[in-house]
Amino acid sequence: MALVGKAVKRKEDPRLITGEARYLEDINLPGMTHIAILRSPHAHANIVSINTEAAAAVPGVVGVYTGQDFMDVNPLPCPWPAGGVENNLNTPRALEVEKVTHVGAGVAVVVAEDRATAQDAVELIDVEWEVLPAVTDAEEATFEGAPQLHENAPNNVCMEWDCGDQAGADSALASSDVVVKQRLRNQRLIPTPMETRGCIAQHEPVNGEYTIWMTSQAPHVHRLLFTAFIFGVPENKVRVISPQIGGGFGAKIFMYPEYVLTTALSKKVGRPVKWVETRSENYIATTHGRDHVTDVEVGANRDGTITALKVKTYANLGGILSTVAPGIPTTLYGRMLSGAYQFPNIYCHVTGVYTNTGMVDAYRGAGRPEATYVVERAVDLVASELGMDPVEVRRKNFVPNDAFPYEPNDNLLNGLSYDSGDYDKALDMALEMTGYEDFRAEQAAARAEGRYLGIGFSTYIEICGIAPSAWMFGEGWGAALWESANVRMHITGDVVVTTGSQSHGQGHETSVAQLVADELGVSMDQVHVQHSDTLGTPFGYGTYGSRSTAVGGVAVWRSLQRIKEKARAIAAHEFEADIEDVEYIVNEEGVGKVQVKGSPDQSKVVGEFMGIATSAAGGWSLPGDMEPFLDETSYYDPPDCTYPFGTHICIVEVDAETGNVDIKRYIAVDDVGKVINPMIVDGQVHGGIAQGVAQALWEGAQYDENGQLVSGSLMDYAIPRADLLPSFELGRTETPTPNNPLGVKGAGETGTIAATPAVVNAVVDALSHLDVRHIDMPLTPSRVWETIKSHSNGGNS
Amino acid sequence: MWPAEFDYARPSSVAEALQLLADNEDAKLLAGGHSLLPAMKLRLNEAPLLIDISRIEGLGSISNNGSLTIGALCTHADIAASADVQASCSALATATGMVGDQQVRNWGTLGGNVAHADPASDPPTVLVAFNANINIEGSSGSRSVAASDFFMDLFTVDLEPGEIITSIEIPAHPHEGSAYVKMPHPASRYAVAGICVVLHKDGDTCSGAHVAVGGATVRAMRSPGAEAALRGSSLDDAALDAAAAALKDDIANDLIGDMSFPEAYRQEMAGVYLKRAVRAAGG
Repeated sequence: MALVGKAVKRKEDPRLITGEARYLEDINLPGMTHIAILRSPHAHANIVSINTEAAAAVPGVVGVYTGQDFMDVNPLPCPWPAGGVENNLNTPRALEVEKVTHVGAGVAVVVAEDRATAQDAVELIDVEWEVLPAVTDAEEATFEGAPQLHENAPNNVCMEWDCGDQAGADSALASSDVVVKQRLRNQRLIPTPMETRGCIAQHEPVNGEYTIWMTSQAPHVHRLLFTAFIFGVPENKVRVISPQIGGGFGAKIFMYPEYVLTTALSKKVGRPVKWVETRSENYIATTHGRDHVTDVEVGANRDGTITALKVKTYANLGGILSTVAPGIPTTLYGRMLSGAYQFPNIYCHVTGVYTNTGMVDAYRGAGRPEATYVVERAVDLVASELGMDPVEVRRKNFVPNDAFPYEPNDNLLNGLSYDSGDYDKALDMALEMTGYEDFRAEQAAARAEGRYLGIGFSTYIEICGIAPSAWMFGEGWGAALWESANVRMHITGDVVVTTGSQSHGQGHETSVAQLVADELGVSMDQVHVQHSDTLGTPFGYGTYGSRSTAVGGVAVWRSLQRIKEKARAIAAHEFEADIEDVEYIVNEEGVGKVQVKGSPDQSKVVGEFMGIATSAAGGWSLPGDMEPFLDETSYYDPPDCTYPFGTHICIVEVDAETGNVDIKRYIAVDDVGKVINPMIVDGQVHGGIAQGVAQALWEGAQYDENGQLVSGSLMDYAIPRADLLPSFELGRTETPTPNNPLGVKGAGETGTIAATPAVVNAVVDALSHLDVRHIDMPLTPSRVWETIKSHSNGGNS
Repeated sequence: MWPAEFDYARPSSVAEALQLLADNEDAKLLAGGHSLLPAMKLRLNEAPLLIDISRIEGLGSISNNGSLTIGALCTHADIAASADVQASCSALATATGMVGDQQVRNWGTLGGNVAHADPASDPPTVLVAFNANINIEGSSGSRSVAASDFFMDLFTVDLEPGEIITSIEIPAHPHEGSAYVKMPHPASRYAVAGICVVLHKDGDTCSGAHVAVGGATVRAMRSPGAEAALRGSSLDDAALDAAAAALKDDIANDLIGDMSFPEAYRQEMAGVYLKRAVRAAGG
C-alpha cells in the first residue's frame, strides 16, 4: 500500500481547479489603499527634480512620495556576491533617488483610495531627467568609452571570478589534436509567471508589527531580509504570508524595491497598502534570466576524448543587482562546466557586468542551463569537427559508473562530488525509445527529398538540492541553506506538517503527505501540510534550486523518525515492555501500529483517536519525564548537493523554405533519484521542457540601443504554447542518491536545463549537410532561414 | 491596466450613434472592444466618450443574395462558423477562424477589425482579394469603398471621424478555389506574412487569379504582378516561381519588419506563402 512512488492525485488541485484558491489579488483589507509607481522611461538618467504637486492635488490621493522620503530605509541587500573575489555592489532602494540605470526603476509613488486614481495621479508627476547614453550588451559595456553606470564599478564590472585551472587548460589545448572555438550567446529570458508580483502590507502602530502578504517563493528569507537588513527590526515584528502563488520560476525568490516600498508606506500612511504588478511592469521591473556571451574553446584528440574546456563569459547582471545576481553566473554556472564528463582540464572565467537593462537573477535552472548549453554544444562541436557520432563522443567522455562519488577535475566543484549516476543507462534507454539506429537512414532519405531532419542530444547533469550551508558560505552566500520541518500528531491522530519551504506549483502538500502517510501509517486525508506563513512554520530558506524534497523532505523524514521513536516509548510504557521489544510497523492496509515483537495482540494503532496519538497528547500516563504530545522539529543540512542527470533527444524538421523549426518528437529520460510522485515529476519535466524548448526557438528579450525593452509585452515576447510542442515521450531511470536517506535528488529544473541544447543540437544537425556548425538562439525562422541561405552554395557542392 | 476615465453611451440605432459622434469630438466607437480597450488599458489610447454600438439591431447578421453581406457587428466566430461564408468565401472563414483566440473571436467584430486596420491582421487580406466593399454611413449619407482603397496605410483607413461602418459586402465571385495561409508570429499569432489567393481555372489552365498580401506590408494589398504571372499558366512550379518573384517586386516599397522578422525576410515569406496558398486553393 506504499504511496511513495505512486501517481497520487494532488491535494492542491480541487481548490485550484474550482477557482477557490486565494491569490494575492483576491485579498482585500478594510481601509486598504492602493499604489501606482512612477517608473523611469529612460535606461540611464540622472533625476534632476521631481514635482509631485499636481498629483497630490488629485481627489482620492492619500499621498505622493519620492525616494527622498525613504532615506531612513536601507538599500536592498545583495547577500550572494560572487565568492572569494571583490564585488562592486550596487543595489536598488525602495525608490531611486539620484539616478536610474534601467527602464522601469521606480522614482515616485502615489498612494490613493483606489488603483485607478493612483494611476491617474502618477501620470501628473513631473520628473526632470538628465538623460545619459546607454549600453545594453555586457561585453560592450566593458569597452573603453562605454557609458559608466556606477562610480564604484569601473568599466561597469561588478566582479571577475574564475574556477578551474587556467594554465592546465591552456597547455592541454595546445597539445590537443583539434581545438574548436565558438562564441555562444545565451540570450536574456523573461520568466513570465502567469501571476505577476504583488504585495499587501499592514502596520500595527501599537506594537510596531508588520504583516506582509507577498508573492514569495521564500517567505522566511523575505522576513530575514526585511528585518535584519532593510528595516533593522527584530524577527517578531514582521510576519510574511505567501498566499497561493501562480508560478515563480525563480523570479519570486528575491527582495524587490516594491515590497520594501509597500511595507514602508503602510507605516507612513497608517493604512494597509496594496500593490499588484501589471504585466507591462512585470516585463521591466521583475528579474530576467540568463544573458551570457561566452567564448568557448574545447580541445579533443582524434579518438573523441575531450582534453580541455576553456570558457570565458560575460554575464549581464542588469542595471542594478537583484538579490543573488552575482552568485548565479559564478557558483551555479562555472562549477558545473564538467557536465556529465571526465574533462581532464577545465577553466572558466566570468566577468559580471552592469548594463542599462532590467535586473538579471536566477530563472528556472539558474546557471545550470547556461553551463549545460556550453557543455552540450561543445561536445557536439567536437563531434562535428572529428566527423564522429555525437553519441559516441558522449560515451567516450562520460563519468563511468565506478567513478562515483566523482569529483570534477581542477577542483571545479570546490570540494563537492557528483553523488551517483549511470549515464550510459539513461542514454541507452533514450536511444532505444527513439529508434536511433533507424533515424540516420530516415534523415538521409529526407535529405534526398530536400527535407531537413535533425536529431539533437543533451546528456546533461545538474546540481540541485542546493544546500550544504558551510559550502555555500564559502561560495559567498551570506546565510545558510538548511531546511526544517515540524511534525505534530494531534489528539485525533491527524498529522500536521509545517515546513519552511514553500509551494508555488510543486505539489508539496501531496508529495510530503505521501511520505508522511507511508512512514507513520496514516491516510493521505489525515496529513495536512502547511507552509508559506512565517508565523506558523519553522524557518526555511524557501523553494528554488530543486531543493524542497532533497533538503526539506529529509527534515520531515527526520521528524517522522523521532515521532516513531516516541510512539514506541509510549507503547512500551503502556505494554510494560522494553522499548527494544516494541516495533513500529505499517501493515498491509497502511495502518501504523506499535506492537510488542512477536505478540500481535499487544499492539495499538498510532494515528487514530484513542490510539498512541491520544496517549501522547493526553499525557495521562507517560514514561518517566517524557513530555506530552507527538511534536518533533528537525533541521537538516545535507553533506552535499544532489546531481540529477539524463538524456534528452529532440528530433526536428527544418522547413528549408521558411526556416521554421518543427519539433517532430521529444524524448526525455530523466534520473531524479527516487521518485515520490511520478505524476508530479512528469508535470515538472513537461513544463521544464516547454521552457527549455522556448529558449531554443522563440523566447528572447530584445533591447534597442537606448535600452528600451522592445519585447515588452506578450504580443512581442513568445512564450511556449501547447500547440507548438509535440506530445513528450518520457522515460526514467532511478539511481538513488546516497546523500540523503530518501534517495531523492530533485526534479524541478531538469527539463529546462536539458532541453535547450537538445533542440539547438537538433537544428544544427538538420543543417549539418550545409556545413552549418552553430546558430545563436532563439532559432527563429528568420535566423534559421538566413543561415540556410548563407550556407546553401557550399552545401550544394 | 486601468484606462483613463471616459464617458459611455449606448445608442440603439445607427442614426443615434451618428448624432453622438457628431456631438462629441474625439469620441470613439466601441464594438467588440478587442483592439481599442487593450490600448486604452495601456493608456496608449484614450477617449472622452465611448459610443458602444454593439447592441444596435441589424448590424450583426450575414445574408447571401448573390453577394455576401456581413454586418459590421458580426464576430469572427460568427463568420468562421457561417455556412454561407464557408460556401462562397471559404478563405474568409479560414482567416476569421485564425484571429486571436476563441475568446477574442467571440467578441471581436469584422467591422472593428477593418476599422482598426492592423496590417498583420488576417481578415483584411481576404477582403482585398475578394474585392469586398466596405459600406459606410455618415451624417451626409452612405457610401461604399472598395477594400483595396479602404486600407490606406498602417492603421489608416478611408473613414471620416463622423462615419460608421455598417457592413462588409463581398460580391458574387464564382471561383475554383480560394485559400488564406500565413506564417504566424510566434508571440502574437498575427501574420508575419499572409496570403489570400482566389483561383479561376479553365481545365488545367489558370484563367485568372486574385492575389492579396498582408502581414509583410503596411496594408493589405493586391499583387497585380503575381496575378498576371498566374493567369494563363498551368500553375506549374515555374509559374509559381514567377508569381512569387512578381509579388516580391510589387510589395518592395510597402514592407514592414521588426527585430525578429525583418522586412527582407517577410518579403521572401510572402513569396513562399503565395506558392503554398495557390496549392492550398487547389492550384
